[in-house]
Amino acid sequence: MPATITAEQVQSRVFAALEEFGADPDALALDATFESLDVDSLDLVELGQIVQEEYGVEIKGEDMPTLKTVGDAVALVVGRAKA
Amino acid sequence: MSNGRCALVTGGSRGIGAAIAKGLAADGWAVGVNFRSDAAAAEQVVRAIEDAGGRAVAIQGDVADPQAADAIFGRLEAEIGPVLCLVNNAGVRADGLSPQIGDEDWARVVETNLTGAFRLTRRALRPMLRARYGRVVNVASIVGQRANPGQANYAAAKAGLVGMTKTIAAEVARRGVTVNAVAPGLIDTDMTAGLEGGLLDAVPARRPGTPDEVAACVRFLASDQASYVTGTTLTVDGGLSA
Repeated sequence: MPATITAEQVQSRVFAALEEFGADPDALALDATFESLDVDSLDLVELGQIVQEEYGVEIKGEDMPTLKTVGDAVALVVGRAKA
Repeated sequence: MSNGRCALVTGGSRGIGAAIAKGLAADGWAVGVNFRSDAAAAEQVVRAIEDAGGRAVAIQGDVADPQAADAIFGRLEAEIGPVLCLVNNAGVRADGLSPQIGDEDWARVVETNLTGAFRLTRRALRPMLRARYGRVVNVASIVGQRANPGQANYAAAKAGLVGMTKTIAAEVARRGVTVNAVAPGLIDTDMTAGLEGGLLDAVPARRPGTPDEVAACVRFLASDQASYVTGTTLTVDGGLSA
């Protein structure tokens, strides 16, 4: 785990993951909703595995309903990584 | 001969598990033969598979141990490749009428038969979801659907497996991962020795089943042909529950 994690790093990793899941690269934005990107709950579980492996941040089942936009996920990861 | 896909069979050294391991190997799976204590029996299963031209490795691990899933999967992934078929077969019995079942005998049976299966399934799903392919088969029991006095702990764990099977199946179906169960009735194994008694009289087929007859059902559920079968429990009991 890197000593400091910047929001830019997390954003770029999350964007890359979402693209891998099949989201339209042109539609990727912090205010884009997962629904609009056609990213489902199992994709978010997979995203959770990626950020856990790379940043040691756990996204729990109870967090899922709070994650509506890409920005929500980036903010959660950055916030927990700093905590 | 192996198609490069790896199947893990827990409790694969004896009885139904050994028959499943051999059957899956015959279908082209490279098989991880998990065992808890009987290394010699597991090695015998591995040798039988190899002699028949298949590929297998014996892997020690007690599924009741919370660390077991990572250890078993880590080794198989390193030695063979991603595990795309998991058969949760490991099971124990600690029978007694309910007033006589102590906390320890309750916990031991539930930990191995149900919690262990959940932990292994949870670990198995990660690579399966990424691969957009997977087969999980849980070996439940007719006990759990039908009363068998003296097995409240076993029945609870096996009925729990069926509920778990349905729920996980619904969660992951859209990723090409199927989760099913088989529910054997009275099968001729070490584990059912001493159980025959009155139960056998109630079996319409008038004989106990064989491990191979259960393995045949698991092989179907693990096959590509079963791609649209998920969340179901295939009963293999000679008509006992009919």
